[in-house]
Amino acid sequence: MANLNHVAPQQHMLRRFSLPRLLRGGQTYGVVGTLVALIVYNLVSTPRFLTFDGLTEAVNVNLLQVAPIAIVATGMTLVIATGGIDLSVGSLMAIAGAVAPLVFLSTLPLLSNPFIGITMGIIVPLLIAGLFGLFNGFLVTTFRIQPIIATLVLFIAGRGIAQVISNGNIQVFRGSNFVLLGSGRILNIPVQVLVMLIVIIVVAWVVRTTTFGRYLLATGGNEAASRLAGIPTDRVKRTVYVISGVLAGLAGLIIVAINSSSDASNVGLNGELDAIAAVAVGGTPFTGGQARVWGTLLGALLIQLIRFTLVTKDIPLPVAQIINAAIILFVVYLQRERKS
Amino acid sequence: MAQTDPLLHMEHIAKAFPGVVALVDAHLRIQRGEVHALIGQNGAGKSTLIKILTGAYRRDSGSILLDGRTVDFQSPQQAQNGGISTIYQEVNLVPFRSVAENVFMGREPRRFGFLNWRQMHKETDALLSRLGISIDVTKPLLTYNIAIQQMVAIARAISFKSKLVVMDEPTSSLNENEVATLFKVIRQLKVEGVSVIFVGHRLDEIYAICDRVTIMRDGRTVEERELHTLGKIELVAKMLGKELGDVRKSGQTGFTVSEHRTGEKVLLEAEGLRRGRVLQGVTLQVHAGEIVGLAGLLGSGRTEVARSIFAADPLDAGSILLDGQQTHFHSPADAIRAGVGLCSEDRKAEGIIPYLSVRENLTLAALPVLSRHGIVSHEKQQQIVDTFIERLGIKTSSPDQKIRELSGGNQQKVLLARWLCLNPKLLILDEPTRGIDIGAKAEIQRLIDELAEKGLGVLMISSELEELTEGSDRVVVLRDGQTVATLLHEKISQDAIMTAMAHGDDDGTQIVATDEELQYGKS
Amino acid sequence: MAGIVSSKGERSAWLANSFVRSRLLMQRQGALLMLVLLILFASLRYDGFLTAFNIFHLLSYNSLFGLIALGMTFVIMTGGIDLSVGSLVALSSVVAARVSPHGLLLTLAACLGVGLGVGIINGWAIAWLKIPPFITTLAMLLAARGLALLLSNNASIVVDTTSDFNVLANNFTFGFDILGIGAIPIAVVILIIAYAVGAIVLNFTRFGRHVLAVGGNEEAARLMGLPVERIQFTVYVMSSVLAALAGALLAAQTFNGLPTEGVGWELTAIAAVVVGGTLLSGGMGSVLTSLVGVLLLGLIFNILNFENGRGLISITSFWQSVIRGAFLLVVIILQSRLTRTRGKVGQTPL
Repeated sequence: MANLNHVAPQQHMLRRFSLPRLLRGGQTYGVVGTLVALIVYNLVSTPRFLTFDGLTEAVNVNLLQVAPIAIVATGMTLVIATGGIDLSVGSLMAIAGAVAPLVFLSTLPLLSNPFIGITMGIIVPLLIAGLFGLFNGFLVTTFRIQPIIATLVLFIAGRGIAQVISNGNIQVFRGSNFVLLGSGRILNIPVQVLVMLIVIIVVAWVVRTTTFGRYLLATGGNEAASRLAGIPTDRVKRTVYVISGVLAGLAGLIIVAINSSSDASNVGLNGELDAIAAVAVGGTPFTGGQARVWGTLLGALLIQLIRFTLVTKDIPLPVAQIINAAIILFVVYLQRERKS
Repeated sequence: MAQTDPLLHMEHIAKAFPGVVALVDAHLRIQRGEVHALIGQNGAGKSTLIKILTGAYRRDSGSILLDGRTVDFQSPQQAQNGGISTIYQEVNLVPFRSVAENVFMGREPRRFGFLNWRQMHKETDALLSRLGISIDVTKPLLTYNIAIQQMVAIARAISFKSKLVVMDEPTSSLNENEVATLFKVIRQLKVEGVSVIFVGHRLDEIYAICDRVTIMRDGRTVEERELHTLGKIELVAKMLGKELGDVRKSGQTGFTVSEHRTGEKVLLEAEGLRRGRVLQGVTLQVHAGEIVGLAGLLGSGRTEVARSIFAADPLDAGSILLDGQQTHFHSPADAIRAGVGLCSEDRKAEGIIPYLSVRENLTLAALPVLSRHGIVSHEKQQQIVDTFIERLGIKTSSPDQKIRELSGGNQQKVLLARWLCLNPKLLILDEPTRGIDIGAKAEIQRLIDELAEKGLGVLMISSELEELTEGSDRVVVLRDGQTVATLLHEKISQDAIMTAMAHGDDDGTQIVATDEELQYGKS
Repeated sequence: MAGIVSSKGERSAWLANSFVRSRLLMQRQGALLMLVLLILFASLRYDGFLTAFNIFHLLSYNSLFGLIALGMTFVIMTGGIDLSVGSLVALSSVVAARVSPHGLLLTLAACLGVGLGVGIINGWAIAWLKIPPFITTLAMLLAARGLALLLSNNASIVVDTTSDFNVLANNFTFGFDILGIGAIPIAVVILIIAYAVGAIVLNFTRFGRHVLAVGGNEEAARLMGLPVERIQFTVYVMSSVLAALAGALLAAQTFNGLPTEGVGWELTAIAAVVVGGTLLSGGMGSVLTSLVGVLLLGLIFNILNFENGRGLISITSFWQSVIRGAFLLVVIILQSRLTRTRGKVGQTPL
């Protein structure tokens, strides 16, 4: 080891947790600004905005639905940070959502025990989603297929797989404890929000402090150089797709729990677009090498809030979709402008 | 030769970018039908001058006269239409499209609005035969090797009836036979009255094909002469800004130790390395504490040897012994663990992680050592970073500064530190001082000296003869993927190296191919 | 060719390896071969297969996919992708149903207008704003679907059956018999004409060759002076117009403007194009092979229906996307050897 006589000055330690670094960049100020503006607007013009009742009443679009999107988007952030993309997340959400009820509603001996049933009902779908993520990873690393093309396969086939698994049936399960994942509360905070926060905190921590996090950023920043530095870039990329798959699966489980039903044709529909949009708005560049995990959360919040605002103003859902699409285009355009 | 009106006259060209002045006062004068060399070290300004000429950049001041008329091209397209074509180092054609399509892309001949394939093929055939090439022009461009692809690019240039063809490092990807073909084509262009600007750095080639030369240094044109009035050494002297006598003396580089205390121990023994057509049996040895220079022309396989030893690329055959033990490296990670480091040739493509900090870049390969249970120890990381910033004199505002903001020399130092902090046994350096200013160059060379003194074995690839002659204890010369000479200390001289590079085993191998060899068969 | 090839030349030479090239050729013939084999298989195995009814139905239905695949071929050849075509079919069918009382010409004009509008927005965003095609067309997928739902008030709109618009669903009679067949659906006629035009454009116009050049090496195309942005813009307009036409035909065939139709059609088109042999990463391909791809995929589902009817297996419609995905997977793995060395450092994933 090299000569380690020189002691590091203390100031280096303090730099790590500075808030300005978190909010770096004009784009982030823009996002936060818009977020604040929208919140204020809603406070003023939407009755019962701040109470949880008001929030949960919004038809189809409620603020709490940001949790699943944020979770998927966090996985997407990591994938994009390696210079890739994962189009299959929407379908993976559907697959996880389709498998879960089959497990915890099952009447097989072990599984009919509610505790085991629900635990397996969470673990098995996540495992399956992770395996599909690994499938993506292999296409990208072993076959060297471009990520957008590789994940296109599951984008096309995945929802079909979910439909086949559930046989096209909408599985309803009122009264099962599984729904606690969606509607339960701990200390009056919805479980899903807690899960979301835990996921984001853990992922952000991994990116910042672990070796894997360094490897991830290096691989996305310059894969050739990383390989030459001994970094197992292929392993890193495969892992990242697995993570994306698992998180997508988790999001799917939450959605299914919220709705107390699993409709393979609808769970996670357009999930990939939402996730990509959140990542773009959050400031993670598509060229890879940087992962703004908290920025993605901001992005997801903003997009959801926009949707919510539109719907509560009685703008028909189709129009809200159009406006949403336009906003996403706008944000991605801005990002390209900044980077070029 | 009567002094007729020059075809091209660029005068007093100046160009500055934010933070750097590329051109101060550059001139360029090209006569009709001449092959004109444009040479200079890295940073002399020749690429900038060419880019201004071809419309990729706008000049700040100065004038450009083409055929007596003032021109101001705003895009390469305009330059093309004005009669100036450019052949880039990276062939900028479309590989999947056929040869004929590439030649006529954008101006395809038509009949009644529809493409006239027959005419396109016929005219392409004609163009290529003017260059002495006869191939099947209906096949995709990627069917043919780089040399032919470059010929196609030239054919395209001619089809525009260009008066001036700029060739930017055209021979860097070519082997000898292909270079000979290229030169034949250039001579043909001359005959047709087309002028050629040949931007290059291989002196032999320049002397073989060019008529006159413009030498640039530090953003200025310092010399414009007929080549036959300028000796090679004098030319080099002018490029470096030295006096003639100086060049002969040693002390051109930061290598001051004349002979390192080489151990008896053979650190690295590579034998019979083979890979595809690129490595055809390379053998070399490195002792602990020794600097072995690896010389050869571009394409001789030096980088490939380095990468193969480091397991960045697989070998077809051959053995590598490290410390007397057979190595079984499957990837760079294995080599690193065994104590080998490779500092690659292209910083930007294979060295720096641009948006990561100096700290992250420096400790990148050391992470396995710096982490416990997967978590990086910030203190250990910091200690290493501070140590090496000081030891190598890395100029950075803080260890957290993004590495892309550092100068080339400082980036290279960070990359060196990346390997040094692992305390390797063997360090492979591929062009360690390329693209770095003179001061930093000398610093790095001194550093390499020190490392050898401390017992590190160094395999140094360099295209700069002074580095090889002054820095190496031994020089291994490669040619066409084979070891053709191993020069021991006393025998090392620039002449010996160049002779070995040029003539190899000296079994009468011809450098210039015959006319028959130039006919690429219709396959 | 004497001499040792440098490492760069090595890569080119590897690509040029005739084995690899012939593999691509094999794939293109492979699709055709499979099509022929399946036709033989089906005619032998199922009684109802070779009937005029079945063939006409197969062709009519797939003519819609064929039109979309044609547009998609051009888009993919430039290295892009158009995910909005499915929604555009729905939108166009709704528009067609609404305007149908006003007659064929006006209806077609309206649909054309819709196609142009969507295509112009797509093309402009992708070519000039440089927003990645995937995002742009995915956003348009949402927007067009939304618009379709709006215009139809979330319900299907019945086509005015008295209007001459309905001629689109009719057959075109030859006036004589070929092999016992006296007429073919107009949709098929339109399909054939479209593909003929498409093939001519690709192989015999500058535009066609430039499309391939842009997809093959955009940087080089630009340096060679090609109007890259205009070419990119145009292919998206083409794709949308063809999709709009398909929507009009759909409305005529089903007598309804269905805002919920067309879901996933773009994916079928992509699969067909790729299975036919066009490189998904762009730069190489053919128009006619996309038609083969469409027929091949359509035939497979036709066969599956017959098998379902026999009761031996039960493949629900949900398997369709899985099968398409599986085909796509096989093809892209085969194609991956070709595209491997074309990836550039630093290229964004979208």
